[in-house]
Amino acid sequence: MNTRPFLGWFVSPAGLVAAGLVAAMLAVFQYSVRAYIPGSLEVGGFTWQNFAAMLRPLYALAFWNTVLLCFETAVFTLILAYPLAYALVRTNSSALRSFILIVSVTPLFLGEVVRTYSWMIVLGNNGFLNTLLLKLGLLDRPVQMMFTAGGVVAALVHVTMPIMVIMLAAALSHIDRNYEKAAESLGAGSVRIFMTITLPLSMPGIVAGFSTAFAWTFSAFATPQLIGGGRVSTVSTLIYQLGFSSFNFPFAASLSIIGLALSLAVIALLKKAASPLERMAGTT
Amino acid sequence: MKRTPGTMLLRWSGRILVGVILVFVLLPGVVVAISAFNDRAILAFPPQAWSLRWFWRAFSYADFAKGFWNGLTVTVWASSIAVVVGSAFAFAIHRYKFVLRDVLEGILLSPLIIPHYTIGLGVLILASQTNVGRGFPLVIFAHVVMVLPFVMRSTYISLENLDTRLELVASSLGATPLRILFTVTIPLLIPGLLSGWLFAAILSFNEFTATLFVSSQATQTLPVAMYNYVREFADPTLAALSVIYIVVTATLLTIANSFLGLGKILNVDAH
Repeated sequence: MNTRPFLGWFVSPAGLVAAGLVAAMLAVFQYSVRAYIPGSLEVGGFTWQNFAAMLRPLYALAFWNTVLLCFETAVFTLILAYPLAYALVRTNSSALRSFILIVSVTPLFLGEVVRTYSWMIVLGNNGFLNTLLLKLGLLDRPVQMMFTAGGVVAALVHVTMPIMVIMLAAALSHIDRNYEKAAESLGAGSVRIFMTITLPLSMPGIVAGFSTAFAWTFSAFATPQLIGGGRVSTVSTLIYQLGFSSFNFPFAASLSIIGLALSLAVIALLKKAASPLERMAGTT
Repeated sequence: MKRTPGTMLLRWSGRILVGVILVFVLLPGVVVAISAFNDRAILAFPPQAWSLRWFWRAFSYADFAKGFWNGLTVTVWASSIAVVVGSAFAFAIHRYKFVLRDVLEGILLSPLIIPHYTIGLGVLILASQTNVGRGFPLVIFAHVVMVLPFVMRSTYISLENLDTRLELVASSLGATPLRILFTVTIPLLIPGLLSGWLFAAILSFNEFTATLFVSSQATQTLPVAMYNYVREFADPTLAALSVIYIVVTATLLTIANSFLGLGKILNVDAH
């Protein structure tokens, strides 16, 4: 009797999809080392020129901007999401708990375009924030918030908040409260308990949330494109611009390969940097 | 906790902090809702007059209607294919060891970390190299690739919780493997398959970046149509559409929550 019934039937469709995905990624690799023929969709012969061109200040700056943007977004998201996750896990009121849960989860399912558009209304020169500040007399004339890196970060923080809250809440809910009670009975104050017990024990969630926020921001396109309005260039907006305005697909392909490598490297680095902290949390 | 002035101060500042953060999270949604009912074509706060005309325009704008039906076509196909392919594969990796098992799993989970613009660009280049047109099959393929990891996970979790003794009982009573699969295993997996399908459908319907690369004028989905609208017009039509979007999504989530449990869906997402 066959001990593995249906194996072939169950694996082959997945194998087909995997083959398609691998072929698509190989196509990107292959295009990244081909010459660009201006005005044509055909590509030329083998060349390293695309990768060499990335050292030019314009593109090097876009990479640096993107990493900086991702880092700022991840830091601010962490700072804002932690109190929310803490309140979600520790509150005694079940109404507050479901309120926080629904408020932080619904945006996850709204898509990048809807969320980015709503920030355009908030940040615009005739937008909500400027009008409010003018009416309150805190400003004399509107402050430019659209088309700035700060505006992009604010919207990206909002986009990455839900996933960070969920990951932090998962980590916080797995902490054994007895450690905190033991510290309290030994006379530690609440600030000290938080800094020496709760925060280190939630480190795995912080690392997971931080790297996810980083990766999401790295692949975000609608937000930097619409709120940045061409004045904040990131890897994703450059790739789109190269592909669909100048049809330079070879260069777009090489940019997306370096972008992928860079984001994988940063995530690996974050995991490595955090492992001593996690070990510390494991032994306390 | 002792109620010293210090801890009381700490507790109240914590509450205020959480309140301020919640305002930050809710602010864009509230602002969009207000501006959707604004009568004038130019945004102004507070609106001078109210009207529903932007909702009417959102419904009657041809690109949105077309984008909605295109998106629905792509979503239904992509999430149904993903559920069949992904759950069959999850079953295989849960039960069996076979050649290239870990490699295949790694490849199929990789869209979780590969930026969507890279996937979109790759599928687009592949299509142009193989002379496949930019029709629906291309968009559907890209979506299947992107939602497959989530379907695989939700089926895998259900398989972990499945009591395999029920299958053994059926087998000892003489049922063939095919019969066991259709009368025992699949019926027991239904909740996991449904939540996987729903999650895939929501993700697929909202997917934007990769779709922008692989779709054409004829196959553009709703998020792509919305993106194109923002770049051309500045009136509150999109605010009205966003309100509809938020209401529909919240309703779907509430239904999903009461039938399947939000925790279950989140479990899929949080790991």
